[in-house]
Amino acid sequence: MPIDWFPLWLSLRVAALSTLIAIALGLFLAYWLAYRTFRGKELLDALVSLPLVLPPTVLGYYLLVLLGRTSPFGKLYEALTGSPLVFTWQAAVIAALFHSLPLLVKSTRAALESVEPDYARAARSLGASEWRIFHRITLPLVRRSILAAAAIAFARSLGDFGVTIMIAGNIPGRTQTIAVAIYDAVEAGNGDIARTMVLVISAVALLILWAANRLSPNQV
Amino acid sequence: MILARLKKRFPAGLNSAEFLLDVEIKTSGMVTVLFGPSGAGKTLTLDAIAGFVRPDEGRIMLDDDILFDAATGVHLLPQARRCGYVFQNYALFPHMTLRENLEFASEFRPKLERHRKVNEVLEMFRLTGLSGRKPKELSGGQKQRCSIARALLAEPRVLLLDEPAQGLDPMLRSELYDVLRNVRAAFDTPILIVTHDLEECFALGDRMFILTDGKIVQQGTPTEIFDRPASLDVACRLGIYNTVQAEVLTLDPSRNTSTLRLESCELQGPYLPGKFKGDRVWLCVRPEEIRAFPRASKPGFNQLPAQFERATPRPGAMRLHFQGQLLADVPRQEFEANKHIKDWILEFPSTTLRVL
Repeated sequence: MPIDWFPLWLSLRVAALSTLIAIALGLFLAYWLAYRTFRGKELLDALVSLPLVLPPTVLGYYLLVLLGRTSPFGKLYEALTGSPLVFTWQAAVIAALFHSLPLLVKSTRAALESVEPDYARAARSLGASEWRIFHRITLPLVRRSILAAAAIAFARSLGDFGVTIMIAGNIPGRTQTIAVAIYDAVEAGNGDIARTMVLVISAVALLILWAANRLSPNQV
Repeated sequence: MILARLKKRFPAGLNSAEFLLDVEIKTSGMVTVLFGPSGAGKTLTLDAIAGFVRPDEGRIMLDDDILFDAATGVHLLPQARRCGYVFQNYALFPHMTLRENLEFASEFRPKLERHRKVNEVLEMFRLTGLSGRKPKELSGGQKQRCSIARALLAEPRVLLLDEPAQGLDPMLRSELYDVLRNVRAAFDTPILIVTHDLEECFALGDRMFILTDGKIVQQGTPTEIFDRPASLDVACRLGIYNTVQAEVLTLDPSRNTSTLRLESCELQGPYLPGKFKGDRVWLCVRPEEIRAFPRASKPGFNQLPAQFERATPRPGAMRLHFQGQLLADVPRQEFEANKHIKDWILEFPSTTLRVL
């Protein structure tokens, strides 16, 4: 029986897209958490980190309530695009995003906070705007840390099962990611398919973690 | 002209007592030094001028421009203040080469002019051959020159230096002083230096402020302050180690003289305004101002007999410790010839006798 590789490609695509969004969103949140002082700052950090400790099904349930067809956001999405958000591959991207965002926020915040504050102060005294300081000094100094974190976030997105199945479902050829496909194959008694997919996804994950280690800043 | 009148209160923390910074600095000197022990609030004052710290009260002005004014709520961003700041750790951007660091400070100029200006400064600070290096490939002295050059490229209205001689060996120190003297000659930028090193005050300062525990305790030219320390505390901080109590015997304003009794000896000094006969006063004399020699005859004018206790070597001289905690410096050979002698004579200077 030939193996359908669609779930692997879907997973890679979903993980890539969610990682890109997570980098941007994570950078934004981490910048606020690292440099601004505001009430409820640590609460926001805890809230962002919640997916790390919650069971994926719980996170999936929340997202289902927030994005479902009867929720305000779900209605808005449906009105704009003409189709519901839940149980599409876009929903799988959102699932992967919430699954991997905490990693990026945590590592990026730590990286930003480890940058010597005198660099920014020196740049300010030289007349540089905050934006110029960010993209000319801070960002280049934390680039490697963010890339390493992004690689791990990508690998984690690739492996998401619980959140995906809750809000994207298990529609073969449309929303079935590799983690779900493996579960399906085992359930259906297709041991060969399951084994091949397990080996492939393990190899991909190993490759990514190795790359992340190579990227991390203390590896010069 | 730099004016900084500022107050900032830090409430007591877990392992710190309450700290109140309350200073007023007004100077039009080219090089002004802020001298004081660590923890006195020197760097805090510098940070307030640069705009990194917002004072609770006061006003900061550069010439006619207000950088900060608590009463009207003016608090310019550091970007708008044009204060060149040379950090203790130099704060060179580590991912940029030396040239890129300098260009970063020069980006407001058109490209060609920027290139020319950066080259000019590289030349002036003897960094031309190093322009392609990253900060971690530079020595401490080179990093410091680059940091000063970078600050100057932004055309600051004042150059602020935080402990520039800290951690430099004596050779690099004198090199730094040369660099700053060149800066002073080539740029029309007033310089404000924070230091706890006396040598720096004298090497560079036109004007000096002494800061202890958040307050200015004395100001003047370095020579003025050294000749007339305002208090015993200042005298000790300036390294005028011989502080002994004496009694005023006579005062003669018409001849500008006075006599003081120190133990069995009578000293003659200048007239002491504001003192009365019988007052107990503190005499402050630096060890190198006292002439010490073995006792051969009865002590004469301004001479005090003293018992030798021990000697400690100093660069270029021996410091002799006498009974009553008096110190005097004598040339090494002179001491070697008389080191077994116990009875000495200490001769006090009459013109430079400092009385508090």
